[in-house]
Amino acid sequence: MRTWKVWEQQLARGISFLAAYSVIFILLFLLFVVFSKGLKALSWETIFSLPKGGYYFGGEGGILNAIVGSFYLSVGATILAVIIGVPAALFINVQLIRLKRTQNTIRYLLDALWGIPSIVYGAFGFTLMLLLGLHASLLAGIITVALLITPILVRAFDEVLKTIPVELQEASFSLGSTKTETALRVIFKQGLAGFITALLLAFGRGIGDAASVLFTAGYTDNIPVTLDEPVATLPLSIFFQLSSPIEEVRERAYAAAVVLTFFILLISVSARFLSKRYAKNIIK
Amino acid sequence: MNRIRRISDLLVNIWMRAGLYFLLALPVLIGVGLYWKAAPIIGGHSLRDLLFSRQWFPMKGEFGFMPFIYSSAYVTVLAFILSAPLCLFAAIYLTQFGKHRLLQVMLPVIDILAGIPSVVYGVWGVLVIVPAVAEYVAPLFGVASSGYSLLSGGIVLAVMCIPYMLNMLIEVFQTIPVGMKEASLSLGATHWEMVKHVIIRKGFPGILSAFGLGIAKAFGETIAVLMVVGNTLDISVSPFSPGYPLPALIANNYGEMMSIPDYDSALMFAALLLFVIILIINLFFRYFIHQTEKI
Repeated sequence: MRTWKVWEQQLARGISFLAAYSVIFILLFLLFVVFSKGLKALSWETIFSLPKGGYYFGGEGGILNAIVGSFYLSVGATILAVIIGVPAALFINVQLIRLKRTQNTIRYLLDALWGIPSIVYGAFGFTLMLLLGLHASLLAGIITVALLITPILVRAFDEVLKTIPVELQEASFSLGSTKTETALRVIFKQGLAGFITALLLAFGRGIGDAASVLFTAGYTDNIPVTLDEPVATLPLSIFFQLSSPIEEVRERAYAAAVVLTFFILLISVSARFLSKRYAKNIIK
Repeated sequence: MNRIRRISDLLVNIWMRAGLYFLLALPVLIGVGLYWKAAPIIGGHSLRDLLFSRQWFPMKGEFGFMPFIYSSAYVTVLAFILSAPLCLFAAIYLTQFGKHRLLQVMLPVIDILAGIPSVVYGVWGVLVIVPAVAEYVAPLFGVASSGYSLLSGGIVLAVMCIPYMLNMLIEVFQTIPVGMKEASLSLGATHWEMVKHVIIRKGFPGILSAFGLGIAKAFGETIAVLMVVGNTLDISVSPFSPGYPLPALIANNYGEMMSIPDYDSALMFAALLLFVIILIINLFFRYFIHQTEKI
């Protein structure tokens, strides 16, 4: 009996050891393949030039339109998400602080909203676009991506805000400040590290998402100057180029994938770094 | 001075409320918006025909979503079978058997990997999984396959779900009180018996939720699957034949949907279907998580 127990323990340990390391291996392998394939195809020309004539048949040029386009789109969407999301997150944690049940219900609904796939947001954005009389453009893309990333921003920010002790608010009220002043000057400041993490998380999602902008942002070889021009994005540029039968065009898709992955890694790492740095201002 | 403060308090308050109410109304708006666009097709066909018919001829006005629903379910189940046990055991190892250092290194790495865009997973699938299926896996079973298949879709989805599910499972296991584990160990249980009888049992609702949310994520994933699944209309049992999941249908046909009557409303119906299914799965399993978090 005792040996069976020990044997079973060894077996379970072995299986779980294998599972853990194969997960690590698969994920590292993924990064390795994407980087090794892409870095070979990557050049300064790819990053810093627009597609030129015959680009999609293997001609000269690069993916600057998609890089700048993604950046514009994501910055716009993040600004919109902050305008809607930050007040909402503060409201949950200041005005509703005594209503635990309401808070939990709101969090529950927002979490469910987080799980809606981006293609649904894309289809909804398309409906909205028709309703507002817009055509596929930077503005329509920004609105759609903003809808997608706002719940993420709110929940990520809220996760930090909810750890702030109630006493801090009470101290602020007792000094005579209004709820708004408390929210903006005390709670927001206290949650600044969380805000930066949430901001970068939302920004990263905005850059990386393809399915939501497929309908709404259009595609172009130029960098948009106004809000009603179509815009190219990195994920879509990867997607379109990869479906080409020409090898050189596919190579560029690999290069674009490296650029995108690099941006995302940069954003995640700097989110970690910055949130540690700003955590210093927190009153404990 | 006081008046300015009071007015600004009021204005900011309105702004905050507006933001929150808008967010809470968003799922309703999405549902209504999609239903509004899908109404022509829901009115013109019976729901049973739409969901269970296999006849998909948009030109003739026949819209049967069965092949798409079948493909979606197929790749999702495949992804679940491939990733769920792996994630469960990996989470057990990282939280119970492995060194604490390993977990501390892995947590941020998993977090970062969860943020990698799906199109990158798709690129990886095209580079690695598709050729592997075509050249090694399919011949092993004596089948010819281009590699763009349900199996490839399932594998890519499984890999995409790993960071997501693993993250949730680790969180679940970390919430289990140390005292309980110690009580079990002090009664002479081996580590594995403790895992079996305490960790798994106590974390069961959490494990179920992590799996459920993983399924929901896989079901709605678009670009990565679209790139490797082949996109051919077919109901086939073999994992080596191509499929055509719902999200891929929507993403692939947005260009021509305005030229065929009712086609746009059929695609919006597909989006509505995805939305409703995934919202229900999410609301159901999130409820579990919130129940356990409150305690």
